[in-house]
Amino acid sequence: MAIVVVDVALKPEILDPQGRAIVSALGRVGLSGVADVRQGKQFVLTIDGEIDDAKLAQINEIASTLLSNPVIEDFTVQVRR
Amino acid sequence: MSVDKVSDAISSPDESQPFAELGLKKDEYESIRGILGRRPTSSELAMYSVMWSEHCSYKSSKVHLRQFGTKVPKNNSMLVGIGENAGVVDIGQGWAVTFKVESHNHPSYVEPYQGAATGIGGIVRDIISMGARPVAVMDPLRFGDPENPDTRRVLTGIVSGIGGYGNCLGLPNIGGEIVFDPSYQGNPLVNALCVGTMKHEDIHLAKATGIGNAVILYGARTGGDGIGGVSVLASETFDADGPAKRPSVQVGDPFMEKLLIECTLEVLHGGLVEGIQDLGGAGISCATSELASNGEGGMHVWLDRVLLRDSTLSPEEILMSESQERMCAVVEPAKIDAFMAVCKKWDVEAVVIGEVNNSGRLTVESHGEQIVDVPPRSVAHDGPVYERPYARPDWMDVRQASGPENLVRPSSAAQVKQTWLTMTGTPNLASKSWVTSQYDRYVMGNTILAQPEDSGMIRVDEKTGLGVAVSTDCNARFAALDPYKGAQLALAESYRNVAVTGAKPLAVTNCLNFGSPEDPAVMWQFEQAVTGLADACLEMGTPVTGGNVSFYNQTGEVAIHPTPVIGVLGVIQNVERRTPMAWGLDGEFVYVLGTTRDELAGSEWAHAIHNHLGGLPPVLDLNAEMTLAEILVAGSREGFFSAAHDVSEGGIAQTTAEMAMRSGIGVRLDVPAGLDAFTFLWSESATRAVVVVPQNQNDAFLTLCQSKSFPVTKIGSVDSSIKSIELTGVFGETISLAIDELRVISEETLPRLFG
Repeated sequence: MAIVVVDVALKPEILDPQGRAIVSALGRVGLSGVADVRQGKQFVLTIDGEIDDAKLAQINEIASTLLSNPVIEDFTVQVRR
Repeated sequence: MSVDKVSDAISSPDESQPFAELGLKKDEYESIRGILGRRPTSSELAMYSVMWSEHCSYKSSKVHLRQFGTKVPKNNSMLVGIGENAGVVDIGQGWAVTFKVESHNHPSYVEPYQGAATGIGGIVRDIISMGARPVAVMDPLRFGDPENPDTRRVLTGIVSGIGGYGNCLGLPNIGGEIVFDPSYQGNPLVNALCVGTMKHEDIHLAKATGIGNAVILYGARTGGDGIGGVSVLASETFDADGPAKRPSVQVGDPFMEKLLIECTLEVLHGGLVEGIQDLGGAGISCATSELASNGEGGMHVWLDRVLLRDSTLSPEEILMSESQERMCAVVEPAKIDAFMAVCKKWDVEAVVIGEVNNSGRLTVESHGEQIVDVPPRSVAHDGPVYERPYARPDWMDVRQASGPENLVRPSSAAQVKQTWLTMTGTPNLASKSWVTSQYDRYVMGNTILAQPEDSGMIRVDEKTGLGVAVSTDCNARFAALDPYKGAQLALAESYRNVAVTGAKPLAVTNCLNFGSPEDPAVMWQFEQAVTGLADACLEMGTPVTGGNVSFYNQTGEVAIHPTPVIGVLGVIQNVERRTPMAWGLDGEFVYVLGTTRDELAGSEWAHAIHNHLGGLPPVLDLNAEMTLAEILVAGSREGFFSAAHDVSEGGIAQTTAEMAMRSGIGVRLDVPAGLDAFTFLWSESATRAVVVVPQNQNDAFLTLCQSKSFPVTKIGSVDSSIKSIELTGVFGETISLAIDELRVISEETLPRLFG
């Protein structure tokens, strides 16, 4: 079994209304010093067997077609050892 | 990072520039050089390229659209006509209404949710920039084959986007259309309409008047979204490791838009603003050049003052950015503090980015360097104008010659019944409630009628009951058979849908969706549709107040059906007198107003049952259409009708089925003498409505029809003892359709396909 973590976030140029809302909420609760917040989501995939190049390619396919919207989002894939 | 300054443009006149990559033709580029007397800076090139695009300059459509300005009917209710952000119509009692429809087709195919959402955002800002409070939205939509898997991706995304943005904004979505046709497969149509109301004295225009006045940019910060094309410039001026390709999609924030609405209305009503403009396509380039050329003629902008979401943006990108939820206001220096205080109250960021002058130039500087120095009119209004060649394509002869005469028609009572059940469940005729129930239709508490009624109706004044009704329509198959007549039929249907509810049709907006203007056949369709619409508007006395043209709607080389979506707005003195579509009481008489002919070309029956498109669309008599509307409006006012419903796609079968499903009460109908059951049920002859008349109003109603010499045929009566439609005279037999069965068939189609 191997654990693969896929992080998905809006591309940096794209407006992130939720991140903006968190920044203004920080100000309201008196926590200063945070200039910007970008919110994303994380997927933790448990994979049968060992990770090889073919499986990694498949996970990238999953990430780009189902887990993220490549028009407005970027993703990263990390194998957790 | 090096910036291309005006002085650079003078000192390096021969530097090659990526005009072609920005969509400019060689002669357009040469003409910019001619206007400036030098090569443009990269910022200037960016401005011209986007402002001279088809989308902003209307360069292919302008020569034809002029007809809306020359064929203007006598109509005293126009307060503001074409050319402003949206037209304004007087509806009496000191109230005015503004409404406009725009397309967001291409972004919605790339990114359905955000494309459709920002389409609503854009049209709402057009309405607030006239000084009006937005009170309702509508969405005419067109999708490809419902069985194609990509249609599911596109439709569900678009519908969620409309619901997500509109519901968060707190605006009721009161109608629109959902039509399926394979011609929209790679190019769905997402048109968005917004209606706003205001008092006459609150009308505002987009112009920068008053030398020394401040230009204030307020709303969301400027980011790198929606500037895909301009990346060509960015990649040239950026260092090698700078951001390469910017996304061409924008993400909207409806909560910011809501703040922008309230903030804008407060500064307008507080008299703090001299001129105002929303930022849509072409962003700051468009707003500054349009404000300047409509006002004193000059403006200076300090581009580095623009508040940014992303500090790495180049000046070209800031000028081009289509970040959502931004507005531009022209404010007297003495009122800047008050303006800023209102912005602060609504938590809206604002900054003075420029100053009005009479230099006749739009000048932009960035960090002390002059990067733009242009005559604003040359950017905003004096773009290229093309007389594109147009010609009636030869295939029109074949298409018009292959009529529906030889299509197999049902020939027994059982077949008629089966056809009726099948037609009730086709994607185009089926209930759209799976979609419309995702939209908030009643927020704000002034919605009188919403889908599935013929028009959306909104109460404007709670004290007097004054209201407006709006409908959008287009049967693109008719336009494919004859674009001139098709546009007129679209107008007629929309006009009728407004009148059916009891509102008097007043004014027109349009969203003209076509293929590539570089194709002479498409350009011919466009020319025909515009001429047809202008001629009909002149005759019917309803001026075109504004609208939008969307070209290049095609999948590969295949253009969509010409789709001139027509919105009609009408006024009703008291919304309590509206006519609903559901019949009410036992014994009421059911009539068809108008003449039913054997007209099946372009009909839903030919499309759904036979996948056939050919022949000539139904004949249309505009005078008869106006008479019908007079009867419908007068009948509503006098209380002659308990219900009324337009006859269009799917014919009388669909009209009566919808009325029965809406009310749940049965009806006994009889095929009138002189008509066969099939023609009676599925012909799509224009200028018809089904009305339901209480017995005690019968004589007065018939006298009204007689006085107008308008044909009327009794087809049956409401019977509350049955829960079905009973139709006699069907090949000598009676058929019975249970309302519950019809309802199941009607309501299961969309959830089955998309749920």
